Amino acid sequence: MITSANTKTWQFRTSKQYMLRWTGWFWLVALTVFCWNLMTEDTIWAFVADAPRQASDIGSRMLPPRWGYLNQLWQPLWDTLNIATLGTLIGVIIAIPVAFLAAGNTTPSRHFVRPLALLIIVTSRSINSLIWALLLVAIIGPGLLAGIVAIGLRSIGFIAKLLYEAIEEIDVSQVEAMRATGASGTQVIDYAIIPQILPAFWGISVFRWDINIRESTILGLVGAGGLGLQLQSSLSTLAWNQVTVIFLVILATVVVSEWVSAKVRRAVL
Amino acid sequence: MTGAIPSLRTWKRPPLILKDPRWRWTILLGGAIYLVLAISSVEVNWFRVYEGLERGWKFIQGFLSPDFSSRWRDIQAGLIESLTMTLTSTVAGVLISVPIGLGAARNLAPLPVYTICRSIITLSRSFQEIIIAILLVAMFGFGPFAGFLTLTFASIGFLSKLLAEDIEDCDSAQIEAIRATGADWWQVVNYAVQSQVMPRLIGLSLYRLDINFRESSVIGIVGAGGVGATLNTAIDRYEYDSAGAILIIIIAIVLVVEYSSSYIRRWVQ
Amino acid sequence: MLELKALSKTYSTGDRALTDISFSVPAGQVVGLIGPSGAGKSSLIRCINRLVEPSSGSIYLGDTELTKLSGRALRQARRRIGMIFQEYALVERLTVMENVLSGRLGYVSGWRSFLRRYPQTDIDQAFSLLDRVGLGDHYNKRADELSGGQRQRVGIARALEQNPELLLADEPTASLDPKTSRQIMRLIQGVCRERNLPAIINIHDVVLAQNFADRIIGLRAGQVVFDGPPSALSHEALTRIYGAEDWDQVQQSSEPQNDEFMFSSAKVLELT
Repeated sequence: MITSANTKTWQFRTSKQYMLRWTGWFWLVALTVFCWNLMTEDTIWAFVADAPRQASDIGSRMLPPRWGYLNQLWQPLWDTLNIATLGTLIGVIIAIPVAFLAAGNTTPSRHFVRPLALLIIVTSRSINSLIWALLLVAIIGPGLLAGIVAIGLRSIGFIAKLLYEAIEEIDVSQVEAMRATGASGTQVIDYAIIPQILPAFWGISVFRWDINIRESTILGLVGAGGLGLQLQSSLSTLAWNQVTVIFLVILATVVVSEWVSAKVRRAVL
Repeated sequence: MTGAIPSLRTWKRPPLILKDPRWRWTILLGGAIYLVLAISSVEVNWFRVYEGLERGWKFIQGFLSPDFSSRWRDIQAGLIESLTMTLTSTVAGVLISVPIGLGAARNLAPLPVYTICRSIITLSRSFQEIIIAILLVAMFGFGPFAGFLTLTFASIGFLSKLLAEDIEDCDSAQIEAIRATGADWWQVVNYAVQSQVMPRLIGLSLYRLDINFRESSVIGIVGAGGVGATLNTAIDRYEYDSAGAILIIIIAIVLVVEYSSSYIRRWVQ
Repeated sequence: MLELKALSKTYSTGDRALTDISFSVPAGQVVGLIGPSGAGKSSLIRCINRLVEPSSGSIYLGDTELTKLSGRALRQARRRIGMIFQEYALVERLTVMENVLSGRLGYVSGWRSFLRRYPQTDIDQAFSLLDRVGLGDHYNKRADELSGGQRQRVGIARALEQNPELLLADEPTASLDPKTSRQIMRLIQGVCRERNLPAIINIHDVVLAQNFADRIIGLRAGQVVFDGPPSALSHEALTRIYGAEDWDQVQQSSEPQNDEFMFSSAKVLELT
């Protein structure tokens, strides 16, 4: 050891930083272990150990796929597309005013209207579309309408949030220039704000449409129409070879919608 | 100025995206036809909807005067499952995503590793959480363990993809500089990549924590544990005041997680 | 024409931007407003068309007291004042023509502006203004396709499309190269002469101000410390405005230039 008073020792972090870091990590690990124990309290490990056998059993039943079932899927597929598209449309139409009310620079009142709009956004975003569908099926009955409204309600928060963030990021000098010409409030929105947020708007809408296609494939599980309905009935009759076909159709739909949305987004930006 | 300018020049706004009028009309017409077809394919039982309005009103009342007490034991059990699932699956997801993310970054991994990691990501991202949950519940039995596996699986795709993109966006000059000192692969990752990516990784993990909680409240519907099962029962029994209580708790927790994670993210960066 | 009386502005943060400013501008006079950064030039310009609310004092444009207006009356007063901005402040994603026509927003109804159906007289005027600023052929280009100098020409055309009684310009040349700066200043000076239009040009380049303004007002820390013809702008006056500096060196660097020639050749280039 050659520690004299003159040699400078170099330390990666100060000891206080070290302590802080280590306590942080320690608590994270401790909490995780605690949660793990709590969660697996009631887990029957025999079932878990049995899982590979179950998996191979299900696998053998899933293959070969029952391709003839495909003919019964075209109608549900069309329904699924409609749920996603019409739902997105409803979401967009309601989200636009909500976004303008929620954006700090366009809201008519910061203390009353803005919190209300933010509350709408949070409520819509926190609740998964499947839960919305669950509620709506209970309220207005099973069918496409429940699915469309569920997708619409979920989309409002998503679109409005991203849109109001875009509105808050616009270049203010363009707004100022329009105000200087004597333009009215709506004219300022029309000439200075909309041109700036239009690309973001299209991008967000198509992105949400893409997500909605994925989500609408499963809404049928709770009775809201589309492919999920077939999935539900196939699962309840343990017709795993039909389930395979449904999974493949869903996969194909998702891939196509992702491709379309990427294409459209590139075109508008 | 030349004098030959005609005194009457008309001006019309040029079209924004599609320059060719034929394309514009085809797309407009196609869109209109689609809308008509889609809307007409939605069969609405207006009588049922009318009946449902009353139930909808009851639900809103239930939401406004939630009943936390009568089903509190169920709610509590569901919440504990959801929360423990959320944390453990996020931690497990991060632990597995880091190596896969490194392997899926083209600037660090050799081609065979890259291909394998990318296909794992694609597999994980193609399916909805719900669909994965259905399969895993069939294999591992009901309960939060299947939910934990579902969320972990879904987190892997999400986190590895974004992590890999971040690594690929890294400043290549820093990587080159560290490589130039004669560092081996681990040292390059440790010095050049980790320092650039770490804040983003923490941000992404927190974001995924948020998403995992939201999903954990849904996958219970197909038997994978969590508060979703409780909610499903409450709605099935038309106990709207209990359902309202659960929804309010979900919204509150989402808000808390979102705000604290944005706080932590700011603190880390 | 324009009269400011005891104008003051204090921001809500407590920063005192303007103190007791009074002067008047007759028709056709081009005023160069100079002063160091943070002297309140930009606040002063924006107080006149009320993009910034003055704290006290009054502003008259003709017989109208601008400081008393609100709502519709304020918008109708604003359309009498054209404004040119530092970073052009064009709506980047709209066409040049829409940007110029936006100068008529205070005049046309909401649905006309929404459908872009402007009266033919407005469109004729827009075309002739675009010809005047040398951009006759660019009317259907998007604003973000233009160069800096071209954008500022569109900005000028937009301000003139208002048929203003007063022109305000906030650092119109700050983001342009020296040659383009002179062209733009010459253009502003020219249109003011043609229309007998008074203008207040907020500018930080003293030499440009001296060359193109009829009168110089110097601001320092929110107060008028110089007001007179460009020829009266002595070293002593500059020191009063900006603080001590070797003014001989600064002014020498930009002595006679044949910018008349530069302007015409640039125009030829643009037309070919």
